[in-house]
Amino acid sequence: MSSIEFRKDLFADERDDNLKEIGKPTIRQDILGHVTGRTPYYDDHLFDGLLHMRAVRSPHHHAQIRSIDTSVAEQMPGVRRVATAKDVPHNLNTLLSLINFGRDDEPLCAHDKVRYMGETVAWVIADTERQARDACAKVRVDYNVLPHVLDVEEALTPNAPVVNEIYPNNTFDYHEKYDHQKLRFGDVNAAFARADHVIEAEYQMSPIEQAPIETCGAIAAPEINDRFVCYTNTQALFFSLGTTAKLLNVASSRLHFIGGTAGGGFGGKVDSIVEPTAVLGAMLTGRPVKFAWDRYEEMQVGAPRGGERWRLKDGVMSDGTVIAREFTGFFDSGAYMRLSPYAIIKGTGHLPGPYSIPNVASNVYCCITNRTPATAMRGFGITAVDFAIECQMDKVAEAVGMNPVELRILNAYRDGDMKAHRRKAKNTALIECCQVAAAKADWAISRQAAQQSSLTPMPERQNIPETVTDTEGLIGERRQGRVASTSPSTQSNGRVPAGTHREAIGGAPVQNPDMQIDADRIGHKMGSSPTQIPAAATKAAAPTAPPAAPSVPAAAPPVAPVAPPPAATVPTPPQPAAPYSPSAPFSRGTKRPGSSPFTSGFRRR
Amino acid sequence: MTKKPISFMLNDAEIGIFVGEGAPLIDELRRNAGDLTPKQGCNQGTCGACTVLIDGVPHLSCITLAETVDGKRIDTTGGLAGGPNLHALQDAFIQGFAAQCGFCTSGMLMAAKALLDANPNPSRDQVIEAISGNLCRCTGYEPIVDAILAAAARLQGRAV
Amino acid sequence: MVAVDTYPTMAEAAGALAEGSRYLGGGTIVMRAVNYGDQSFDRIVRAAQVDRGVGSDAGGIRIGAATTMADILSAPDLVFLHPVARSIGGPAIRNMATVGGNLFAENPYGDMAVALLALDAQVVMTSGQSQPIESFLADRDHARGIVGAVIVPRVDQHAFRFRKVSRVKPKGVSVMSIAANLRHGDPRVAFGNMAPVPTRARGAERALAQGVNDSSITAACAACTEGLQPADDALASAWYRAEVAPVHLKRLLLNEGAV
Ligand SMILES: Cc1cc2nc3c(=O)[nH]c(=O)nc-3n(C[C@H](O)[C@H](O)[C@H](O)COP(=O)(O)OP(=O)(O)OC[C@H]3O[C@@H](n4cnc5c(N)ncnc54)[C@H](O)[C@@H]3O)c2cc1C
Repeated sequence: MSSIEFRKDLFADERDDNLKEIGKPTIRQDILGHVTGRTPYYDDHLFDGLLHMRAVRSPHHHAQIRSIDTSVAEQMPGVRRVATAKDVPHNLNTLLSLINFGRDDEPLCAHDKVRYMGETVAWVIADTERQARDACAKVRVDYNVLPHVLDVEEALTPNAPVVNEIYPNNTFDYHEKYDHQKLRFGDVNAAFARADHVIEAEYQMSPIEQAPIETCGAIAAPEINDRFVCYTNTQALFFSLGTTAKLLNVASSRLHFIGGTAGGGFGGKVDSIVEPTAVLGAMLTGRPVKFAWDRYEEMQVGAPRGGERWRLKDGVMSDGTVIAREFTGFFDSGAYMRLSPYAIIKGTGHLPGPYSIPNVASNVYCCITNRTPATAMRGFGITAVDFAIECQMDKVAEAVGMNPVELRILNAYRDGDMKAHRRKAKNTALIECCQVAAAKADWAISRQAAQQSSLTPMPERQNIPETVTDTEGLIGERRQGRVASTSPSTQSNGRVPAGTHREAIGGAPVQNPDMQIDADRIGHKMGSSPTQIPAAATKAAAPTAPPAAPSVPAAAPPVAPVAPPPAATVPTPPQPAAPYSPSAPFSRGTKRPGSSPFTSGFRRR
Repeated sequence: MTKKPISFMLNDAEIGIFVGEGAPLIDELRRNAGDLTPKQGCNQGTCGACTVLIDGVPHLSCITLAETVDGKRIDTTGGLAGGPNLHALQDAFIQGFAAQCGFCTSGMLMAAKALLDANPNPSRDQVIEAISGNLCRCTGYEPIVDAILAAAARLQGRAV
Repeated sequence: MVAVDTYPTMAEAAGALAEGSRYLGGGTIVMRAVNYGDQSFDRIVRAAQVDRGVGSDAGGIRIGAATTMADILSAPDLVFLHPVARSIGGPAIRNMATVGGNLFAENPYGDMAVALLALDAQVVMTSGQSQPIESFLADRDHARGIVGAVIVPRVDQHAFRFRKVSRVKPKGVSVMSIAANLRHGDPRVAFGNMAPVPTRARGAERALAQGVNDSSITAACAACTEGLQPADDALASAWYRAEVAPVHLKRLLLNEGAV
């Protein structure tokens, strides 16, 4: 087993060396199960009378569903139930609603139209998998095929078809204001004007399928005490549980989820589709039901790492110092949001890469297209832009005639440097990584480069510069043809004084009210006095905007801060029941007018 | 649905079961004969997680028609260990960190066993060839190849 | 659901084939179709006794249709086909995949069929009828009955070349495969995955008829895609295939580079 070399000269305070396990080779605790074939994956749990559920899928990228005829399928041998969208109690969700991020935009089963090839339009539950497949082939769907859009930039043009009506501009709405995520630091245009070289290039990464050897799947079965057990290979057990509770409109306390063993995942098993589907099957039939993707489905409808396109523009001095870097990025989210808008916020916090650049601007778009929705994969939100940044560094080195490793050492973050999202760099070690890599690869670097250290501060890099801002790209403007360019604006109309951290934008709200004890929510009735749980009143004002990450946006004018907590001392009187509106953002644990649809006990099915 | 009776040896045990028409061997092994060690990854022969030995040579149980194994001998990972004693391959996989998620492991072990049974002293290239039909998406191939070579050495009484 | 009918012999099985039924060879393709719910057949026909032998025949070497790739690899008479058999699938696939099934394998499969095409093999049906592999392949979608064997004329081992172009090694499927029988005067060059079925590159054959030398190699490469219809798939685009076909043919003719 190869051992790791720890550089105590750099990370003296990072770790106690006297630990028994950490830093020492060890034997995986689960490996005995693996080599004896005894590790219990979800499909290794056997159920008598197991039924098999399969999905009927759209052959079109984009089409209206005129009608679905299941009558022939229902008569096929072995078929127990054919289900469609109307069997899903609450057929609209967005994965991150569990942390109050984004609007519900995705049904578990399409009903009005399909937005990507392979989207579910119906299910068949039958005694054997083959019977379910045979019956799926007999479900007749009448489609009215619509024009589709498969390219991120084409999706932003005024005449591109609207893919998802919840986001009619084919982009995620950032902070309820812009059609993209902005980052502004310094003044890139002024820096480009004085740079010796300006280097522009475009980089693109295609979608990548995680392709775990074990495809996504779950088995659900009725359990005692009116609960449902679900064995699943999800990578996000409580996400899957919460999503199932919401889509199927049952209390999470009625769901007994068992996971923890996945035959590979790599990010592809967080989307929580197979779990609600299998539990729905068990609810509809009262029998154990397995719902698993076959290999074709894993590749076609399993959400990949989405495709990305990046344009980079660098202003560079002839000594190799990068003085400005501008990004225009496009994430292909596919037909639904899932985790992409969040990945962009994470990716934006990563710009401009591990380099100290005093002027940075980026516009990143979360584009909605008629492709398979994208989701997490290793290095989520970072991988493609890192690829672009490092290719760009090589291009810059070539342009200024410099050793690419020395160029990186020259520009690398050091401890104390101010990053573009206004956090100080800590524990930096790129300089040392470059030095070690160069040595190991027999790649000569200058004495001067070899003597640099991340620990030597560069005071001039530690300040927040005066920053120019703009208001280009307000939601909807682009699709009306009123914004020509997708790149960061050259027309600034605001200035933020040097040194402004913008921490005033507001701390993130309580992200998941679910984490607060709320006896009602888990199915207990705790009496009627709302004064017992004043926190619930606060939650009712849960923001509709995605939580503004404290310092990432750094855009002016200031992003509207999330709703300030109302004075928590005033108990809200019980509200009259109002009709539940599924288009409103969902927050698990939120007290809606009237009783929560997620308190159970009396809403059995 | 008609079922057909078949019998075969499964890891030294005599098995008689009724199999479904058109059913692939993996389903019958897992759901009917109770051997859960072959894993289903693709159901089309491409991933190798379902590899079992039929009369000593590797086959893909997901694309083997179950009724065709009547009268044959099947070996799976379930029979690799001799009681409490792990097979040298299993031991080498443990020591060499040759499993991550574990889903390809059963198939890898059977492909490796077939190799070592036929060729006790394989070269590195022969090991790579032998597991070329088995995918590991955790991309742990190098430790797997190392482990198979280590097991071969141990079975031959050589120092690793 | 799928029914399975087993007959004592291949000839009897041939008599039982009908609309909606499929003969089972090694099953590597048929069983995938069963598992994935292919609605074009619901009955499998198989034979208890199959022809898995390799032996001499008046016309050359007779290979039973049920001979697997692994069987070929252990047949000393078929040394020239070993590189072809070894290039197909991984070890488990080779233990299952038959020569008969390979004649029907759609792109990107069918590497053995490409080699047999370059070797001018005869395809013998269980009914005793026999026809050249080229016309057999061209019409295979309408083929009726069951192939009992293929007969490969004797070949000068040094004149036969095979090369499979794949992205993953070992085991990747073909971007294309090329087989050539460079016998003097009447050479054969066949491409796999460059048309709907394995196809001869007649332009290249014409150029090589005078022998293999620098100028005929250049001419053969220039003419090699004549009559081929490469397609796009997940492995490569039609454009790419057409661009690199001459490169790979040249390497094969010069016997250079790794296979
Ligand atoms: C993972 C994997 C990798 C593969 N790699 C390759 C590769 O690298 N190269 C390659 O060429 N192929 C490859 N294949 C495809 C396939 O395994 C081979 O082409 C094989 O030779 C097909 O033979 P079979 O006996 O398994 O066919 P089967 O699945 O039994 O049959 C295939 C078709 O041929 C018909 N058929 C079979 N035998 C006869 C007969 N005697 N008479 C009439 N009809 C018959 C069947 O009815 C069916 O329509 C691969 C397959 C898999 C799953």
